[in-house]
Amino acid sequence: MTDYVSTTPGLFPLPDWAKDDLSDLKGHQKGDLISGDESEEITAAYTEAREEVIGVQEEAGLDRIVEGQLRWDDMLAHPLAVHDAVETRGIVRYYDNNNFYREPVVQGDLEFSGDVASELETAAELTDDSDDLQAVLPGPYSLADLATDDHYGDEADFLAATADFLAGEVDAFPDHETLFLLEPSLVESAPGDGQDERASEAIDTVANATDADVVVQPYWGSLEEKVYAHLLDADIDAVGFDFVANQDENVYNLQEYGATDAVSLGLADGQNTLVEDPEAIRDRVDWVYDQIPVTEFETVYLTTNTETFYLPAGKFEEKLAVLAEAADLAEVKAA
Amino acid sequence: MSRNKDQFRPETHPNDSFLLTTVVGSYPKPKWLNRAKELYQDPDHEFDEDDWQEAKDDAARLITDEHERAGLDVVVDGEMRRNEMVEFFAHRIEGYEFNGPVKVWGHNYFDKPSVVSEVEYDESWLVDEYEFTAAASDRPVKVPITGPYTLANWSFNEAYADDEQLAYDLADLVNEEIEKLVEAGARYIQIDEPALATTPDDHAIVGECLERIVADIPDEVRIGLHVCYGDYSRIYPEILEFPVDEFDLELANGDYEQLDVFKDPEFTKDLALGVTDAHVAEVESVEQIEDNIKKGLEVVPPEQLVVSPDCGVKLLPREVAYGKMANMVEAARNVEQDLDEGNIDIERGAPAPADD
Repeated sequence: MTDYVSTTPGLFPLPDWAKDDLSDLKGHQKGDLISGDESEEITAAYTEAREEVIGVQEEAGLDRIVEGQLRWDDMLAHPLAVHDAVETRGIVRYYDNNNFYREPVVQGDLEFSGDVASELETAAELTDDSDDLQAVLPGPYSLADLATDDHYGDEADFLAATADFLAGEVDAFPDHETLFLLEPSLVESAPGDGQDERASEAIDTVANATDADVVVQPYWGSLEEKVYAHLLDADIDAVGFDFVANQDENVYNLQEYGATDAVSLGLADGQNTLVEDPEAIRDRVDWVYDQIPVTEFETVYLTTNTETFYLPAGKFEEKLAVLAEAADLAEVKAA
Repeated sequence: MSRNKDQFRPETHPNDSFLLTTVVGSYPKPKWLNRAKELYQDPDHEFDEDDWQEAKDDAARLITDEHERAGLDVVVDGEMRRNEMVEFFAHRIEGYEFNGPVKVWGHNYFDKPSVVSEVEYDESWLVDEYEFTAAASDRPVKVPITGPYTLANWSFNEAYADDEQLAYDLADLVNEEIEKLVEAGARYIQIDEPALATTPDDHAIVGECLERIVADIPDEVRIGLHVCYGDYSRIYPEILEFPVDEFDLELANGDYEQLDVFKDPEFTKDLALGVTDAHVAEVESVEQIEDNIKKGLEVVPPEQLVVSPDCGVKLLPREVAYGKMANMVEAARNVEQDLDEGNIDIERGAPAPADD
């Protein structure tokens, strides 16, 4: 029987009070963004906000609880933006969105940081059930793609170093049930010949650092065929599909190349305030099944297609409740 | 080239050449206006709606006057009544609702609105603002309007099958507003489309929006399009097909690295060239700005050149913003004089291939 797991890719919007408080505490300029060694007051505000969004997820009934990545001012570039061997430069556009992050320029060896692990430690202490904890990281390909390399000097070396760095971070994580690796760059700036295989190997490196189930979530479209085929070679448990942005080509990949035993379906729109009906999400799961030859997946993760920091806080909370309810509906139907 | 620029030449203009000087729109708000807003929003304070209206009127008068003192040929009220370029309009259009702030970057947020039903024209957006500014100044007044493509793109779309259809419906509303502005006497309208920089492949959608915007608008009404912070090679020369008189472009910020893009093919519209950087809090010297203006003459002849800052200057300290305006006007007058005296010899058009 299929296990339907409601979850999110993390990177939540801050609660509105925290937007105000942290604006006042940190400021609005480039130099005011998160540094990794923030003051006690700032840390306290984030701790309170983290506790709140963990409560929101538990109340909504989500099956996986994330830390929320509320400190990630630079979105998926965060793990490098706060790294000692990295200098942050100008503000650059975050994919094709009206959002911006500081360009991280790698200037030395990417050694162990522990920044994300310490966030996850505090989240682990706050969750009711440690079996629900889900870690979130940028995938190595996306993280390398968002950064500029001034140190390694070779695209393949830099990707491998990024993967080793992330693997080291994962190694320091507290026990977690699932690890989501977000890989929008696999769609947005698809790797070419050779680099596609190396992207898969890099993901393998990170995935092998944990015993948890690893979900690789590309978004803003579908993967090119070769990229998808290589990704299936990686030692991961599930590949994600952004069915909000693209249906036909995702279905094509599933039909032509098959899938991992588990899949992650991005069925709720992480970038639109229109709140879906839980029944509609459940129907979309059925629709996916109708398109493909497999009869059953071991696990189906139900999630928003993208991060959710694009949404106002109220709408974000509504989306979480919808995902939880949709997973319950799917379970009932499957039973 | 457009033939409606000369109507803005002041009667007392000192030179034969005329490089129209103006601004993109926004200007730093006086600190007391922000303070007044806080009082107005404080439910425990007796500062009421009338007081707030008076404060905004005073600020609009003040900044219009500041533009006059700087010597600008065409003035704006500095957008004293507007909070943000999408929010302001969304509040006035039927079909929008607000659900709270969303992140742009760091701790910079805006109340990104949601379109929840078909958009409809309700109250006028800018006629009051225009009439007030026009009455407060003897100079011609420009009206900046956020373009339909940006209004669509920077909103959540809950109601339309795609953003393109939403943009076209919004374009029809912009057209309706411009008709009212023209009736009120406005002769210079600027459509702001910063979202085009994010998605340059959509230039055809912006073009179709503009066709709707200018439908039945008389030729003597000057229509400009402001675009900023993008890779212009991805929209040029296609934008020359747009039914506008003028393109207002940010180029000083990139030190004119993208200037050559506009040399080939020939730039057939008027060029409103950004000659001071809106995001550097240092006033460029008159000589520096003169050099920048001359960059424009590499693209178009003087008759087609308009001089303005790169973008809205609202993030600058006010005295810096003023210094930039004043130096810009002085530089324009100097270049005009040099042109009149035949002292400027600039080769226009595509650079000759390097001979090596």
